[in-house]
Amino acid sequence: MITGTPKPIQEVLEMLEPYSRVVVAGCFGCVTVCRVGGEKEVQVLSSSLRLAREAKGNKLEIKEVCLERQCDPEYLDQLRPYVADYDAVLSIACGAGIQFVAEKYPTTPVLPGINTGFLGVAERQGEWAERCQGCGDCVLHLTGGICPVSRCAKSLFHGPCGGSAKGICEVSPDVACGWQLIIDRLKALNQMDNYGKLIPYKGWSTSRDGGPRRIIREDMTL
Amino acid sequence: MKSGSNLEKVMNAGHFAVTAECGPPRGADADIVRKKAAFVKGNVDACNVTDNQTSVVRMSSLAGCLLVKESGTEPLIQMVVRDRNRIALQSDLLGAAAMGVRNLLCLSGDHQKFGDDPQAKNVFDIDSIQLIDMVRRMRDDGIFPSGKKLEGKPEFFIGCAVNPFADPYEIRVPRFKLKVQAGADFVQTQCIYNMDKFKQYMEDAKKEGLHESCKILAGVTPLKSAGMAKFMKKFVAGMDIPDEVIKRIGDEPKEKQAEKGIEMCVEQIQELKEIEGIAGVHVMAIEWEEKLEKIIGDAGLLPRPIVA
Repeated sequence: MITGTPKPIQEVLEMLEPYSRVVVAGCFGCVTVCRVGGEKEVQVLSSSLRLAREAKGNKLEIKEVCLERQCDPEYLDQLRPYVADYDAVLSIACGAGIQFVAEKYPTTPVLPGINTGFLGVAERQGEWAERCQGCGDCVLHLTGGICPVSRCAKSLFHGPCGGSAKGICEVSPDVACGWQLIIDRLKALNQMDNYGKLIPYKGWSTSRDGGPRRIIREDMTL
Repeated sequence: MKSGSNLEKVMNAGHFAVTAECGPPRGADADIVRKKAAFVKGNVDACNVTDNQTSVVRMSSLAGCLLVKESGTEPLIQMVVRDRNRIALQSDLLGAAAMGVRNLLCLSGDHQKFGDDPQAKNVFDIDSIQLIDMVRRMRDDGIFPSGKKLEGKPEFFIGCAVNPFADPYEIRVPRFKLKVQAGADFVQTQCIYNMDKFKQYMEDAKKEGLHESCKILAGVTPLKSAGMAKFMKKFVAGMDIPDEVIKRIGDEPKEKQAEKGIEMCVEQIQELKEIEGIAGVHVMAIEWEEKLEKIIGDAGLLPRPIVA
């Protein structure tokens, strides 16, 4: 799922300074799962903003909505009745959702209420961790199902580098050495032979370096 | 002969090689490099010029190499994949070769987190093993990775680094083997303090025949004090300094610890010379280049051979 963190309330208040009527728009997708931009967060954020603005004597009128998804055009239409009446939309979906709202409503200021993070998993309650950089060319079959691009701080393809100590990456005591994880897993799978192979230079054109990416599925287009 | 470099000639002739390193300054003062180069002149077969080591911005390795070369010592350019994509790597390699640099060390580079610009965007387009493979293809096949033909092959003696002391141990020799398969002609190891573990590593490397296909230069760094040893043990990832080494230097009074560190380094070189498969020593006297002549001389490695 796509993770995110709330923007500091002060930053959001500064963004909203010029406006007196805003839509706070949440999303029932990924951000709801990671408890950043769902319905409950829409309510909590809206209350905080109202209170803060009231304390300054500059009242803020808020319309609270939560869309099924902000990354699909069919759901974005649900915002249409409000957008015309309000000064701006504060979206607490991921960066993709925020941008899609902006694209759909070109004359309405659309502001980010969260900072979008990474493609990750919920390792435990309240703790999310990166697993994928969406590079578009998986090598997980060679690396025991553990991604060297996202799990190694240097994205090495033939790691571990000389900074791996006791299973910990040199960048932080809180970071596991991705390659130690890969080696442990390959051993468990009896696939250590995979390590001895020279992996060709990665083609990053399927990653961000090919410009904005697009997937077209002819079988799904109308 | 792959490169015709002095370092390659010395080792091919069967001499025990000596390399050292010069860290370029944190500025544009060429005299700092010249001063360091004067300390290595006549004492080494080639001198490494580091490439923004520990991710701290310094004068470029190529510029440092040219200054070292002007000063009369053969340079060895270090190149990290942290800061350059494959386009910049190829371009810098060609530039270095054109300027007469014949020795190259292919490295991944420390993570930028450790330097002055921890918020910098790193590159890591290809890794150090892929860099070795790329240079070998450029040198031996005369082609770029893209398949296009080169106008003049870069004649490099291709080196890599290994750290026998990083984890997990069981991957250390296989990783070295991969580097040799990719095309490494020589290797310079991480600083050795744990001699027992290093000897085990050499045994394991020899079982794979790596000492026959790759010249192994053992890395040493003289300790200046017990404090330095403790600091390195605690803060430098992948550094293995046994407690008895720290105790030995720590037992000396403070003012005599530096001298003891040099004595221990010389002893280490003597011991390394006796290990089968070791083709030379790489003395990393970090910001202590003025002691190189003493260390190398006391180890019985002077004068350096002159090989035509």
